Amino acid sequence: MADRFEEPAFGAVERDFSQVDKARLVQALSRVLAPASLLHDVEDLRPYECDGMAALRQLPLVVVLPETEAQVVEILRICAAQQVPVVARGAGTGLSGGAQPHRFGVVLSLARFGKILCIDAHARRAVVQPGVRNLAISEAAAPFGLYYAPDPSSQIACSIGGNVAENSGGVHCLKYGLTIHNLLKVRGVTIQGEIVEFGSLALDAPGYDLLPLVTGSEGMLAVVTEVTVKLTPKPQLAQCVLAAFDDVVKAGDAVAAIIAAGIIPAGLEMMDQPATAAVEEFVKAGYPLDAEAILLCESDGTPEEVAEEIGRVRAILEHSGATEVRVSRDEAERLRFWAGRKAAFPAAGRISPDYYCMDGTIPRKRLGEMLKAIQDMEKKYAMRCINVFHAGDGNLHPLILFDANKPGDQHTAEAFGAEILELSVALGGTITGEHGVGIEKINQMCSQFATPEIKAFHRVKAAFDPAGLLNPGKAIPTLNRCAEYGRERLGRTQPQAHPDLPRF
Amino acid sequence: MDDLIQAWSERVRQAAASGGQLRIRGGGSKDFYGREPVGELLETGACRGIVNYEPSELVVTVRAGTPLVELEAELAGQGQMLAFEPPRFAAGATVGGCIAAGLAGPRRAAVGGVRDFVLGARLIDGRGDVLRFGGEVMKNVAGYDVSRALAGSLGTLGLIVELSLKVLPRPVAEATLRFEAGEADALHRLNAWGGQPLPISASAWRSGGLYLRLSGASAAVEAALTRLGGEGLDEEQADALWRGLRDHTDPYFAACTPLWRLSLPSDALALELEGEQLVEWGGAQRWLRSELSAADIRRRVEALGGHATLFRHGDRQGPRFHPLPGAMLALQRNLKNAFDPAGVFNPGRLYEGL
Repeated sequence: MADRFEEPAFGAVERDFSQVDKARLVQALSRVLAPASLLHDVEDLRPYECDGMAALRQLPLVVVLPETEAQVVEILRICAAQQVPVVARGAGTGLSGGAQPHRFGVVLSLARFGKILCIDAHARRAVVQPGVRNLAISEAAAPFGLYYAPDPSSQIACSIGGNVAENSGGVHCLKYGLTIHNLLKVRGVTIQGEIVEFGSLALDAPGYDLLPLVTGSEGMLAVVTEVTVKLTPKPQLAQCVLAAFDDVVKAGDAVAAIIAAGIIPAGLEMMDQPATAAVEEFVKAGYPLDAEAILLCESDGTPEEVAEEIGRVRAILEHSGATEVRVSRDEAERLRFWAGRKAAFPAAGRISPDYYCMDGTIPRKRLGEMLKAIQDMEKKYAMRCINVFHAGDGNLHPLILFDANKPGDQHTAEAFGAEILELSVALGGTITGEHGVGIEKINQMCSQFATPEIKAFHRVKAAFDPAGLLNPGKAIPTLNRCAEYGRERLGRTQPQAHPDLPRF
Repeated sequence: MDDLIQAWSERVRQAAASGGQLRIRGGGSKDFYGREPVGELLETGACRGIVNYEPSELVVTVRAGTPLVELEAELAGQGQMLAFEPPRFAAGATVGGCIAAGLAGPRRAAVGGVRDFVLGARLIDGRGDVLRFGGEVMKNVAGYDVSRALAGSLGTLGLIVELSLKVLPRPVAEATLRFEAGEADALHRLNAWGGQPLPISASAWRSGGLYLRLSGASAAVEAALTRLGGEGLDEEQADALWRGLRDHTDPYFAACTPLWRLSLPSDALALELEGEQLVEWGGAQRWLRSELSAADIRRRVEALGGHATLFRHGDRQGPRFHPLPGAMLALQRNLKNAFDPAGVFNPGRLYEGL
């Protein structure tokens, strides 16, 4: 009995994998994979050295490109037998370094799992392989008047398997939910090589609901080989309202007023003045440039429903002090309103050599506070930051502008970002709303969670992957790392603990 | 409240150290659910009250022992609701029990189930540690989503003390329609309507009658009424119907025949099982009152792609929930051990050995 209380050994410190034998590994894998599906020369590995978080680069030992689930099973069995780390990879668009390779590990690319297996229009579901692009599902469903609702900004490129790994959101998730709300079933393979189905074609499954654990688990619990998603009927009409404000707090209050009036818009986005200026120059969306903040509020449904909702939204916006309110007159104008918002990241890339995208979520009512604090941080770090914001659900994307070629800039940007994330936690929010922890926010996990929770996360991990081979070092920090980070933070914040005390 | 949680944590620690077992109970309205409850009673009623409610944030944080009726009254006062419409099988039903049981009502197919509305939770695990997962924001992907996984865990992973739930505005307009339809016809129509942008918020079919509830903006409901036809129910009849289905006060649920809850793909064919049936959730939830053997029912439901729960009556020593495939059962055992290694909480309520 007593031994059942013992802590799993891992979770305390990072496991050392330096003993992995590349030649032996390649030999075993070559029995399962054709040469074209097994890459181990440095030139071939290069394209896999980072994901969307390009600042972090690491070559893996090997990249495998299986085409069948049976191959995935074999690969995982080999890696388990030889105790080799495995990093699953979709389209590589993730922003938190979740697919960053392990130095002594295998990158398991699901790029060749690219088939849409079935669109069942009558049952409103699609069965797809994990490498299928998010947008491709909606395109395949379109002839039936259906679509896949979650629409991350990277939807033309990101894969559904990656969406499952990150529990991706998008601009419409206030009304239509995150990835988890639009999944029926995920089929995956455990590190032991067992095939398991999470969820079902019904609306629930017997026993513990492991689907929410696997969704957003950043490739740490199982490798996804098949995804069954719900399809949603396409609304007859969508219309977008653009409102300008001379004050960000007023814009924030308008968002709260819309929700308080019982309206759940299809999308509700905010951009601050610098963000508006950056995208306007880039896409010419027709945004008012003198406004301190603009709001985009989308309404969808039947034409009657949309007209009713737009009328109410307009009244609320005007009452909240909007200096200008425009309603899209046709589909072209609606798309133009959105084009600016969706181009915010590339626009940041256009006005600055590099940018660092944050992803904290805060209670909406704290928005004004957060934006003021970011303005102060801009001065403190002498670095610009432009803000786009999924206002409806409190998810903030500050884009910190820097130049990686300038010595120290990268480090300053990271410190700036870390302070925003820690403030998100302090304001009652979270360090990541939809981009995942990956390697990028691993330290800030220690701010958000205390030791008992971190231990619990490691136990969940061990329930699926007792040897800690799937994506080691990501998403959940070791206790050791948190202890170190705690000491470091203490050293950093102490001088500000009593700001009015004279210091010399 | 901290004292109470401290005391509970100590009690859990002692139970774990001495091989003790605890039977967690809110209002006792779902005592009938799952396998026979065993263990020393731990009642959560003293842990009650709304901790934080911000209507414009669409979030409420509430202690687990709070009666559902109390929470729902507070939400209704602000024109909001628990959109998954949890059943209130008796007056004392609590928020903690509602999440632990993971049961949703008529609106399930339209808006999502219990887990879809869980944003955060505070619980005491089987080591007596007080843990907090998730939070009060809509989007949060930091750490594994443990709080959502608590929905339907029947209290076997930990003692839930506090929950943060997403709430939604109550619809402005609502109307209920009735159509004449046989089983196959009803299932076909429900799936076909499901593929169209209609404001359907609930559906039910029973011997000859298909019922549809429309909810949303007045304009949307009006437009759908014109388009769908059918015969309208007055408000009182409609309320009685949906309330009866939600809380199982409908006469269908009164009989003492074993009651099965069959969870199926919405498009699964007609059941062809002997017994009296009631269909909900656009075809995805089918109730069956039947004396057929568990094996017969499970075989058929499995062939249709679903799973079967012996919901009320019948043997409580044997399995109530659908048997799990080996690899899945192993994962579930591991997860139970991760949170409750000494097997303190509600032992065997979900599955034998969990």
